[in-house]
Amino acid sequence: MQKRLANWGNYPVVASEESTFSREDQLQDLLHTQTPLIARGNGRCYGDASLGAHSISTLKYDKVLSFDIEKGLFECQAGVTLDQILDIIVPKGWFLPVTPGTKFITVGGAVASDVHGKNHHVDGAFSNQVVSMDVITSQGLITCSPDQEPDLYWATCGGMGLTGIITRVLFRLKKVETSYIKQKQIKARNLDEVIRLFEENKHYTYSVAWIDCLQKGDSFGRSILILGEHAAKAELSPQQAQAPLQLPSKKKLTIPFNLPSFVLNTFTVKAFNWLYYAKNTKREINNVVSYEPFFYPLDAFLHWNRGYGKAGFVQYQFVLPMDQKQGLVEILQRISSKGLGSFLAVLKVFGQQDNLISFPMEGYTLALDFPVRKGLFEFLDELDALVLQYGGRLYLSKDARMKQEVFWQSYPHVQRFAGIVKQYNRNNRFRSLQSDRLLLTAQPSELIMNNEELMIREAVVK
Amino acid sequence: MTVLILGAGSDMAVALARQFAAEKYDVQLAARNTSFLQAQENDLRIRYGINASSHAFDAVDFASHPAFYESLPVKPDITICVFGYLGDQELGQTSWQEASRIIHTNYTGAVSILNVVAADYAARHQGTIIGISSVAGERGRQSNYLYGSAKAGFTAYLSGLRNRLFHNGVHVMTVQPGFVYTRMTEGLTLPPLLTAQPIDVASAIVKAARAKKNVLYVKWFWRYIMLIIKYIPEFIFKKLKL
Repeated sequence: MQKRLANWGNYPVVASEESTFSREDQLQDLLHTQTPLIARGNGRCYGDASLGAHSISTLKYDKVLSFDIEKGLFECQAGVTLDQILDIIVPKGWFLPVTPGTKFITVGGAVASDVHGKNHHVDGAFSNQVVSMDVITSQGLITCSPDQEPDLYWATCGGMGLTGIITRVLFRLKKVETSYIKQKQIKARNLDEVIRLFEENKHYTYSVAWIDCLQKGDSFGRSILILGEHAAKAELSPQQAQAPLQLPSKKKLTIPFNLPSFVLNTFTVKAFNWLYYAKNTKREINNVVSYEPFFYPLDAFLHWNRGYGKAGFVQYQFVLPMDQKQGLVEILQRISSKGLGSFLAVLKVFGQQDNLISFPMEGYTLALDFPVRKGLFEFLDELDALVLQYGGRLYLSKDARMKQEVFWQSYPHVQRFAGIVKQYNRNNRFRSLQSDRLLLTAQPSELIMNNEELMIREAVVK
Repeated sequence: MTVLILGAGSDMAVALARQFAAEKYDVQLAARNTSFLQAQENDLRIRYGINASSHAFDAVDFASHPAFYESLPVKPDITICVFGYLGDQELGQTSWQEASRIIHTNYTGAVSILNVVAADYAARHQGTIIGISSVAGERGRQSNYLYGSAKAGFTAYLSGLRNRLFHNGVHVMTVQPGFVYTRMTEGLTLPPLLTAQPIDVASAIVKAARAKKNVLYVKWFWRYIMLIIKYIPEFIFKKLKL
């Protein structure tokens, strides 16, 4: 069915043919068509990674295949979302080994983006927990793992769907005693202090900082560091201890339509950030909370992305090596002086990881939202140059606009990745707007033709 | 409590199985090709902690129906007839193979299996039969009257069966889903306001079955849309391109 599709950033918007399948033979039928395809899960990547002329929705391929309650192994089809998995595993004393900031993503998407969580420095990315998976490539169905068809495996983890369609994933879970998190929040006056606090607290399994990046002078980089551990039974309040593995309630608020874009300006963002900071009156708060507000604070607001208005937004997430802190300072200063108003600024630490094409590498990663408006993309190009200069790179799952040369210069194994993609993606059967833009599946000359298709999204940026 | 789902592979059947499983019903999945049901069976068991089983069932192999029903390890409390075949109207106008497949899947096959189920329920004075019919059966239109006429037959069958089995304490419910976003309708452009998701249909059915409704229109306004369509005079109707 022809549809207007956009991912979480509501930018870009494209006209796309969308097909579904609930059985493998139905998927095989779809693959017999000639048009290029790209797999799409729940549409929670931010940019154009899962958008293309023809997208294949995995959402109906959503059967749970096995759950070993003794060993903590979970196997499912690619369209099952993490929120469904939590409902099944938490009451049995298990948790996701790695989870991003939203639980509304599919398992296929988790692999294709090789998602990370607040525990990357301890547990690595999602690919670290995958035992094996099936991918339907242009060569047919291939089962792969770190030991079996490793080329395909490593090019699929973080490979943005370019090796084919992930259909089945078997992965390890994490044992928990309770569904609660023992949380510590510490206020940091500025960027130096929060980085020092990160280093002092690196033994914590979970850590993340929310930065108010509009502050200047001494309080530049004012933030709240949030640390957490899975709570043991003994750490629960008597009330919580009555049902230690209880699932959080499902009540949700929603933003029912796009807010006009003036709602988010420097003033409102400042006010929001101030309120967020000021609600912690003490320097340090310790409490035991349900996993929901700890891992998924924004999931409580369904469609929070509409808060950025019709033109949409891009989330800019980059990582810089550990020893490039001055790069972090310089980039934040640029953002702060530009005042383009970032609703969210999230800082996390990555531990060591050197996969073929996954985003994480040891260092600091910062993510910020920018509403789409005139002049934004030029500004982000300037930031890209800084990220490159400091030896960092951008997260493909958030990307909607990076220039291809930035990508090819910043991912060290990209040549090898492109070679493996060619092998499993004959005749560019799998391609997205992003893969074309980054010249992974298109020649520069083809991009001119593609620009016609891009018109829908350009039209929105006024 | 056990529910039998005839035609278990469709999007609507998947949603129905999950809704009933969430209500702690054990689920019997029946379809022609049981190899595709394994994943669904595991899914229901793991998600809802109920018993699920798969059974080979071919809607157009009428002779096999009594043996199929006999072979079920537990007789279901609720039987839902979900299978159907939209078919190709234009092809069916000239190809008897296509026309008869539409008729036999949507009407003859349903009558054949439900006769067997009805006999058992009537004898035991219990049970609920749910038939998924279609608003296409309320008036024949040029675009799908083969499918529509078969569903019209099915709707009339269910109505008669309800009348007969009422006196035996057996409930029969007719479901008119209207447009639903499923694989069957993927090629069509459907008006969003009039179109339901499979999960909406399934939860409406679970609720209506509990309330012992006779005829369920999943989106209430379909009842009135069809009422209007039925009352357009024939001399006008025949000129319309519907």
